[in-house]
Amino acid sequence: MEPMGKVLSITPEKCTGCRLCELVCSVFHDGVSNAARSRIKVMKWETEGLYIPMSCQQCQDAPCMTVCPVKAISRDETLSRVMVDHNICIGCRSCVAVCPFGAMNFSVIDRKNFKCDLCDGDPQCVRFCDMKAVDYVEADRVSIAKKRAAAEKITIAQRQAIALESESH
Amino acid sequence: MALNRKLAIIDLSTGKIEVKSIPIEIRKKFLGGRGLDAYLLYNHTKQGCDPLGPDNTVMVSGGVLCATLASATSRCHVMAKSPLGMLGSCNMGGFFTPELAWAGFHHLVIKGKAEKPVYLWVHNGKIEIRDAKNIWGKTVTDAQWAIRDELGDEDVKSLVIGPAGENLVRYANVMTGIKNSGGRTGMGAVMGSKNLKAVAARGTMDIKIAHPKEALEYNKRFIEQITSAKVNQTQGTLGTPFIWGATNSWGGVRTRNFQYNQMLYCDEVEPESIDDNCTETIGPYHMTGCFGCQVHCRAKYKIPTGPYAGKYDEGPEYTSQGAFSSEPDIPSLENLLVANHLVDQWGVDNLEIGSLISWAMELYELGILTNKETDGLELRFGSSEALLEMIERICFRKGWLGNVLAEGGIIASEKIGKNSFDYLIQVKGMSNLHSDERATPALALNIATSSRGSDHLRSRPAIDLYHLPQEVMRRIYSSPVPYDGPLSSEHTEYIGKPWQVFWHENCYMGVDSMGICKYHTTFLGATLPNFEDWSRVLYYNTGLELTPREIWDAAVRSNMMERLFNLREGLTRYDLKKGDMLNHRYFDEPARRGALDVVGRVIDREKFEKMIDELYEYKGLDKNGVPKPETLKKLGLEKEPSHLL
Repeated sequence: MEPMGKVLSITPEKCTGCRLCELVCSVFHDGVSNAARSRIKVMKWETEGLYIPMSCQQCQDAPCMTVCPVKAISRDETLSRVMVDHNICIGCRSCVAVCPFGAMNFSVIDRKNFKCDLCDGDPQCVRFCDMKAVDYVEADRVSIAKKRAAAEKITIAQRQAIALESESH
Repeated sequence: MALNRKLAIIDLSTGKIEVKSIPIEIRKKFLGGRGLDAYLLYNHTKQGCDPLGPDNTVMVSGGVLCATLASATSRCHVMAKSPLGMLGSCNMGGFFTPELAWAGFHHLVIKGKAEKPVYLWVHNGKIEIRDAKNIWGKTVTDAQWAIRDELGDEDVKSLVIGPAGENLVRYANVMTGIKNSGGRTGMGAVMGSKNLKAVAARGTMDIKIAHPKEALEYNKRFIEQITSAKVNQTQGTLGTPFIWGATNSWGGVRTRNFQYNQMLYCDEVEPESIDDNCTETIGPYHMTGCFGCQVHCRAKYKIPTGPYAGKYDEGPEYTSQGAFSSEPDIPSLENLLVANHLVDQWGVDNLEIGSLISWAMELYELGILTNKETDGLELRFGSSEALLEMIERICFRKGWLGNVLAEGGIIASEKIGKNSFDYLIQVKGMSNLHSDERATPALALNIATSSRGSDHLRSRPAIDLYHLPQEVMRRIYSSPVPYDGPLSSEHTEYIGKPWQVFWHENCYMGVDSMGICKYHTTFLGATLPNFEDWSRVLYYNTGLELTPREIWDAAVRSNMMERLFNLREGLTRYDLKKGDMLNHRYFDEPARRGALDVVGRVIDREKFEKMIDELYEYKGLDKNGVPKPETLKKLGLEKEPSHLL
C-alpha cells in the first residue's frame, strides 16, 4: 500500500487572519456558513498582528482516543487521521476536555463533538488558503523549511565568525 | 430560503425593538447593504431633520452576500443624514458584519436618542440595549476590548465610536478592529449624538448557502481571477500606498492644500520605506486582510521611533499619505505613522481632518487665520508638531480653532469668515481626498457628482488612468447595458467620460449593496469580477435569481434613492455648498507640477458643464439635476416614501 502520511502543516507567520478557512470548512461539511461549525479556527492577538490557525494534529497517540469511554474514536490509517463514530459516541465531551490543542469541538447547534477529518484527503482550508499558511504535506516534509532556515542562520554565523577572525589577525 | 436574515428597528428613546423579515421583493429592488439602507433612510427620516438630533436615523448593515462564499463580502455599511449636511454613508471591511449575520441580522435601523450612553448587544436573534458607562470615553480599540471583557466572550465583534464621535466631531468615524474605518460624512458623530457608543455582535446561527458545491467552486475561480491581477498582487504586498509613487510622479497629489499637485522629497513616506523602517517589528509577512479576502491589502506596523515607539497599528493607507504627508507637506515617516495611529485611536476621518488642517495652514500663511485664532500655534505647512497638535485639538474640541474645525469645512468657513471658503476644497460639505483632478476630467466629474460629497469611492473610473486599449474599454463599458457612444483611452479627455462615471456609479452601488469590496471589481483592475460574475454568485450563495441587467437596474434605482434624499435636503445643481459643483480653483488655477501633459491643466468650465449635462441624461435627470417623472416611474420610485419596511 502507498503510504499516506500527509499532515496539515501550519505556518502562522504567513496567515493574514482572513478566516476563509473557517468559512469554507463550514460550507464544505455542513452546507452553511457559520464559523462556529468550523473545524479550524484562527486564534488572534489583534494588537500584535499575530494570527495562528488551530486544527486537529491527528495525533499518533491521541488523548481523545485514549480517554473515550465507549471507544467511539479510532485512527483511520489510510488517511492518517483520527475519526469519531457518532453511532457510538455518547456526547460526554471527555475528548473535548482532554485535547491539548482545543481541536476537538462541541457543537452547540447539533449537541455533538466535531473535528477535522482532512476533508477525505483534500482539505478545503488548504485548497483555499492562497498564502499557504495552512498546507497539506508528507509528514517528513514539515520540518524541512525549518531545517533550511536554521541552516541558513548557521552559515551566516559561520561567515561572521570567519570575518571576525580575519579582522583580528 | 437562504436569505433568512432579519431587519431590526431599534428606538433608543423608548427602548422598543421590532424585528422584521426583509421581503424578497425588496431584496430584488435594492439588494441589501447600501442600496437597501438608502431606501430605509429616505423612509425613516424627514426633510431637514437635525443630523445630530433624535430624529435622524442610523442604518447599520451587511450586503446581501454578507458572510457567504462570494469572497470579500464583509463590507459593513452605515448610513444616516450627515452632520456635514447631505447624504451620510460609510463603508468598512473587517469582521463585524459576518458576526452580525451569524447573530441573525442583516440590517439595523436605529432611531431616537438614549438618555445615557448605551451600546447594543446583538446575540443569536436577540438585541439588548446595555449601559455603556464602562465603555464611554474609551479609544477605539480599548472600547472593543472592554466590551469583550464585559460580555465575557473574546469572539465578540464590535462597531464603535472613539472620543471624536463622542465629542460630535462632524466627521467622526465608525470603526471596527484596529483600523477598519467607516470614514467620511461623520456617521460616528451621529452615533455619538444618540449616546450610542457601540454595536456588539456575536452569533452561532447558520447562514444557509443555496448551492454549497457550486458556491465553493465559484469562489475558487474568483480567487484565481482576483489574485492573478497584478494590481492585487501589488496591493497584497504594499497595500494601497502602492499607488502613491505613480500618482505623485505624474502630478495627481494635492500638496499644500491645493497650491501644488505633487509632493517633492517624499521618499520617506513611500511604502517601501515604511517596510524598511518597520521590518524589525513586522517581519517579512506583514499584510493582513478582511474576512474571507485574499487580497490582504492592509499592512501591519509598529511605530519604530519617537514618543509613540512600539505602538501597533495598521495601514497607513494611501489616504493617510495624502492627508498627513502631501496636503500639509510633511515628508516625515514618523509623522505619517503617528498621525495615522491617532486618528485610528480617536476615530476620526483621516481625509477630512488632514484636508481641513491643510486648508487652515493655507489660511494661516495667507493671514486669514492668525495666532489669535490658533492660540499661538504656528500653523505652518511642513510642521508635524502643528498637524499632530491640531488633530488632538479637533478630536477633543480644544481651543477656538479646534472647536471650529470640528464643525466641518462649511460651518468653519462661516465662522472664520473673510474669503476662507474660496480655499476650501469640498463638494456637498465634504473635503476631497488628496487627489488632484485637474488633469483628469473623468475623476473631476466623479467627485462633483458623488452622492456623499467629494469622494473617490462612489463613481471613480480609476482605470481611466491606465490608457486601456479601446477594445478593452468597449468590453467593460458596454455590459450589462449596451453602449455604443464614444470612449477615449486618454485620461485628459472629456469625451465618453460621463458614461464611464455613470457605469462605475452603478458598479459601485451594486457591490456596496452586495457587500463586496471594491478591490474585487473593475475599480483598479480591468480583469476583475463584473456583473456577470455577481449574477452567478448571488444565485449560488443566496438562491436569488437576478440577471446582470437586473443587478444593474437595482443599482440605478438605489442611486436614484440617494439622489432623492439629497434633493430633499436642498441639492441644486450649481450650489457650491450643496450642489454638483467644484471649487473655483479647479477651473482657475493651473496645475503647477507633474508630467508634461499635466502641467498647466485646469478643468474647462464649459466642457465640464457639458459632461454634467450628459451624465444627467444617462441618469434620467433634467438640466437642473432633478429626476424626470418618467425616470421615477421606470424605476418604480414614483411613490416614495412608500414605507414598506
